[in-house]
Amino acid sequence: MALPKPHEADLVVIGAGPAGAAAALAASRAGLSVVLLDEAASPGGQVYRAPPAGLSVSPGKRGPDDDAGDALRAGIAASSVVWRGSARVWSVSGAFRVDAVTPSGNESFFAPRLVAATGAHERLVPFPGWTKPGVIGLAAATILLKSQGMIPGRRSVVAGCGPLLAAVAAKIVVAGGAVAAVVDLSGPGDWLRALPGLARRPDLLRQGLGWALKLGAARVPVLFRHGVVAVEGAEACERVVAAPVDTEGRPRGGSLRGFEADALAIGHGLVPGAEITKLLRARHHFDPAAGGWTPVRDAFGRCSVAGLYAVGDGAAVAGAEPARLSGQLAGLAAAHDAGRIPLEAFEREAASVRAGLARMSAFAGAVGRLMRPRPAMVEAIAPETVICRCEDVTRSEIETAIAEGARDINQLKHFTRCGMGPCQGRMCGETAAGLLALQVGSREEVGYWTGRPPLRPVPLADLLGRFDYGDIPVPTPAPL
Amino acid sequence: MSGAHDLAVVGGGVHGATVALFCARAGMNTVLFERGSLCREASGVNAGTLTMQMTRVALIPYALKAHAMWASARDWLGHDVGVVVCDGLSLAFTEREAELLTFRAGKRREAGAPIDLVSPARAQEVEPGLGPGVLLAGHCKVDGYANAYLTGQAYRAALIEAGVSLRERTPVSGVAREEAGFAVQTAAGPVRARRLVLAGGVWLEEMAAWLGIDLPIKVLVNQLAVTERVEPVMRTVVGIASGLLSLKQYPHGTVVIGGGWQGKGDRERGGAEIVPESLIGNMRLACHAIPALKNARLARAWAGLEAETRDALPAVGPLPGIPEAYICGSVHSGYTSGPYLARLLAQRMLGTEPADPLFPIDRLLAPAAPPTPVPSAAGRAADEQPHHV
Repeated sequence: MALPKPHEADLVVIGAGPAGAAAALAASRAGLSVVLLDEAASPGGQVYRAPPAGLSVSPGKRGPDDDAGDALRAGIAASSVVWRGSARVWSVSGAFRVDAVTPSGNESFFAPRLVAATGAHERLVPFPGWTKPGVIGLAAATILLKSQGMIPGRRSVVAGCGPLLAAVAAKIVVAGGAVAAVVDLSGPGDWLRALPGLARRPDLLRQGLGWALKLGAARVPVLFRHGVVAVEGAEACERVVAAPVDTEGRPRGGSLRGFEADALAIGHGLVPGAEITKLLRARHHFDPAAGGWTPVRDAFGRCSVAGLYAVGDGAAVAGAEPARLSGQLAGLAAAHDAGRIPLEAFEREAASVRAGLARMSAFAGAVGRLMRPRPAMVEAIAPETVICRCEDVTRSEIETAIAEGARDINQLKHFTRCGMGPCQGRMCGETAAGLLALQVGSREEVGYWTGRPPLRPVPLADLLGRFDYGDIPVPTPAPL
Repeated sequence: MSGAHDLAVVGGGVHGATVALFCARAGMNTVLFERGSLCREASGVNAGTLTMQMTRVALIPYALKAHAMWASARDWLGHDVGVVVCDGLSLAFTEREAELLTFRAGKRREAGAPIDLVSPARAQEVEPGLGPGVLLAGHCKVDGYANAYLTGQAYRAALIEAGVSLRERTPVSGVAREEAGFAVQTAAGPVRARRLVLAGGVWLEEMAAWLGIDLPIKVLVNQLAVTERVEPVMRTVVGIASGLLSLKQYPHGTVVIGGGWQGKGDRERGGAEIVPESLIGNMRLACHAIPALKNARLARAWAGLEAETRDALPAVGPLPGIPEAYICGSVHSGYTSGPYLARLLAQRMLGTEPADPLFPIDRLLAPAAPPTPVPSAAGRAADEQPHHV
């Protein structure tokens, strides 16, 4: 069987969350032919994730995100955007070719322009016991709750930083689960300082206060300026131990608090999932406020590689609504760059979107500060703690490799196998780079994992399909 | 020239690092320059295959001795690069491949490689993971693999122990000849040495040009892929008659798939891009040979650069007309044979007769002259077999 025929379009958008969907719609409205790809079965991304086929959110439990998600899906369905769900993009090459494993095998898509809207992944600073069953990411918990109405455990601790803490804890309570405690790295003072910024989005602030009230009504203890220092249990999470921390998240001594719990949902912020821009070797810079390494972009999301645009939390973590607006800008820019929107109209349309984006910046900045990377937490990790769970690499093994001469993150990977497992470094990368930066001086010196395909691990059987030996295009033999 | 080093090596791959190691151990005050980190280009990203069945006939005597060096790396290098010695199979699935295999295995056997042609049933005993369809196999007991990504770590420790002045992350912008040797130009100023070894892999062409020598070096962009850890699916090194597959499972469970399928890249950008068809073809070939591989997931694919001279034989020897200047590199299957070839050059530089002939580059410099046969070599022209399977 030969490879299927390629699909061509004016624009391919990878990722159908708020950013990618908005980019696809804006470009499509301006007359570009657009293919929108996502690994999920329906558009929406993580924040507006649709329930699986055949299920729906019961009317009493619907929130604003459910309505926004339905509106997004209706918008895509009513447009001329070619929607391709259940498409796992594993390779992006050239200018541009996108290869995805779909239910019908490997398919190739070609377009002169590409929008990467791939969202963020979680930052989790390791502590003893973090790899035990029952410990899940804070954002992962929102996916469980949103897509399936599942609670992480019978009795959960919710820990980390940022607005997701209250959201997850409140949703667990609403769904009928127990929350043993909320453990927040931030103190009341940090939240007070964030308030003016948060107040720029009254709708979200109201939503957040609603969550807080639910937690109060359920008498959920909230430990401000505390961090999780251990998860204990024979086989799985049985007990979560928290301790007071300083402003940078570093344990500062003081009495430990233990909570019986069979689940811990924990997250220390979000990291841009900028794998595609790295794969295409666009320029990147390290921006802690945006979550880490982020592609260098102009105001419209244009990267240093011609025809490549990066938007949403996959480029710089800022939240759903800024993501949508950044996607819309990139969609307009792609159409303008393709000659479909004259300069004047482009500037007029873009100006109002940019004004909206500017109004969001105070809110995004406030949330960003609450969820900022905290290098001191990495510094405080105990030597025997596992950093890379795929390959079982501890902090002390990383320190040994550094002593043996490892100076950049890819060299460290060679020395230790840290990051070579199926998570492809998404879980351990931030911590390993943080540890290395403590020795060599900066995250810039340390660099980032070289971008390589596949963008996600892909089963060979799905990728290779059925084939006959005679059809394999074996090149000319090497010289004897 | 007070304060000058006895030897400056430019390029910190297996070739440069091995020359530096043996010269330093023999008492030379040695400095080694590497623009990045040791063994992070071809020497660190190759497939680590230590096979005779993909080695050029002219290099078989060298590769056999190099294989023994890799197998005893703990003794002479002092550090582990994860070498596993095991059987190797080269498979033929079609009549044409069987013909190619018979011819090539015969030539390699004449050169000293202990390759036997075996039946499909025998091949299945050697490698129970084999799929159906094998017509004939070349079986060699001298095979195996290293964990290439550990090469830099191992050499780094060995070089430091040998007292080599190691200058990683130090690009060299040029070399000037001086009365008593060479001035190696770095951002921090010139570093002087009485002897010079250029060991820059695919960058040898521009290095040779520093000294006015025009040595064309072709760049191959070899793709590789690795699966996540899986249960044991194979226990040998498996290739095919054409040489376009190399396959083995490491003790930790990952399977590395290679064979020289070409990606995109160049000297400036490195192995910049994987070509999806090329990767899929390579992996289909792998799954045809070892069907249980289909249950694995692809974890990563990458591309690295390999250097090739006009006759695809090494450039190892003195630089013509420039006393005390040498070149070392551009070896097909250079990881396999590299340590032995580089040790030969070190022997020559230390004033002893090398145990085997070097590969001087004079043959590559006269543009009009046809390729001169090198010692005991069958060049590309001698390969009369079909070039398509």
